[in-house]
Parts: sequence; C-alpha cells; structure tokens
Amino acid sequence: MMRIVLNNREEELCRESMTVSEMLIFKKFSYRMRIIKINGNLIPKENYDSTVIHDGDDVQMLYLMSGG
Amino acid sequence: MKISEVRSHLLKFTVGIAGAGGLGSNCAIALARSGVGTIIIADYDIVEALNLNRQYYFTDQIGKMKTEALRENISRITHDVKVVTHQMTLDRLNIVEAFRGCDVIIEAFDNSEMKEMLIETIQTKMAGIPLIVGSGMAGWGKTNAIICRRIDDSLYVCGDEATEVSEDLPPLAPRVGIVANMQANIAVEILMNKK
Repeated sequence: MMRIVLNNREEELCRESMTVSEMLIFKKFSYRMRIIKINGNLIPKENYDSTVIHDGDDVQMLYLMSGG
Repeated sequence: MKISEVRSHLLKFTVGIAGAGGLGSNCAIALARSGVGTIIIADYDIVEALNLNRQYYFTDQIGKMKTEALRENISRITHDVKVVTHQMTLDRLNIVEAFRGCDVIIEAFDNSEMKEMLIETIQTKMAGIPLIVGSGMAGWGKTNAIICRRIDDSLYVCGDEATEVSEDLPPLAPRVGIVANMQANIAVEILMNKK
C-alpha cells in the first residue's frame, strides 16, 4: 500500500510503487495531452514508463486542451 | 495602494508572452494597461479576418504580422511600456533566448502539443520562472468552470482543462478573453508580490 497526493488530494494505491504509465492506467485516466509533475519536477512524456512514483510523493497533473 | 504606486512597481518587470492569438493579444493589452514595464511577444503568424472574433486586432490590420499589429495597438494605449517582439516560431532551442530576463512567462499558444513543448522547455531549462498556462476555453457559457489553479510556485493553469476547440466548439471572445485576463491577473499578482 502506498499513499500519494494527487492534485492536492490524498490517494491510497494498493501497490508499493508504480510507474507514471501504470498510475495513468490504474486510475483510468484516458489519453489526453497532459503535464505531470512529481514533487515539483516535470516528468517528460518519454519518461512515463521509467519514472517510479513512491509512497509519499506529491503528484500534480494538468490537462492541455487546444485553443487560445 | 494607489494606482500610481502599482504602475511604478510594475514598470520594473518584464513579462514574456508565447503566442499573440486570442490569449496572447488580450493578455498583452491587459498587462500594458496595468503598466508592466516590458512585454516580450513572440509569434510567427499574420492577422487574418477569422481571428477578429476574439483576438485584439482590427480589420485594417489584416495581413500584418501579429507581433507588429500588437505593438501598434499597445502604443495607442500607452507609451510607458517597452514592447519587444520576436517574429518567429518558438521551439525547444530558441525559447530560452527569446524569453531571457522575463519575470513571468505567459503560455498563449492554441495547439496543445505546442503548449506541452513550451511548458516542458521552460520548466526544465528556465526552472523557477513562473509560467502561466491557458488550457480549456472553447465554446460559450460554463463561466464558472473556468478557474485558476496553482500547481506550484512556478506553474499556474487558467481555464476549464476540459473543453477543446473543434469545428463544432469554436473559440469565442468571451471565454478566451476571460482566460487571457485571468492569466494577466495572475501575472500582476505575482509581480505585485515581488520586490
């Protein structure tokens, strides 16, 4: 079991750790353009498979929609 | 605080704006009226008739470079603001140079892949400089779905993070203008809190 903060909300995930890609599937976040920061560090999209989220991490996600 | 004090404080700072479309043009005007000292505007495009439903340009400016048209429009409002323009397509290699010295940067692209590229570049190569992103402003109504969210000290997002512009959901002046002015408002807030 691990506890993370996801967009300022506490979440319990029944794993010891998971990658960013696994978290997106686990949380059923559908594919859209997004930015993810873990503990204040931006994670480039190409690193989603290799970046591990640990217990206690602060994960921030924002969606990017076309228009402006 | 008196308006003269606000203006003399804001005069010390530089704001960069990436894109001079619906978000960038309206945001630039709000910042210029507020008295931000230097505004750096980057865009590659020209003004088209279809832009006039939301962008801060006029019929007699159709065909002009957006950067030059915006400089012209700001100069009709105030001469206190120094406007620096970059007539270019921003990419991972030229962003840092284009926005060097900025106290705040506004993301004002329309394409989500360009937004991603700009955010990744600034947050990794210009870490610590506050970046204010616009995301989700298509269509009309849903006024209260548009919010400002502070991710951390260096990243803010304004918009509903849900509506995407498409053929059936065009960008219109009201919602685009709300987001552009929200971005300007966050920028002013950050600068007013800065020594």
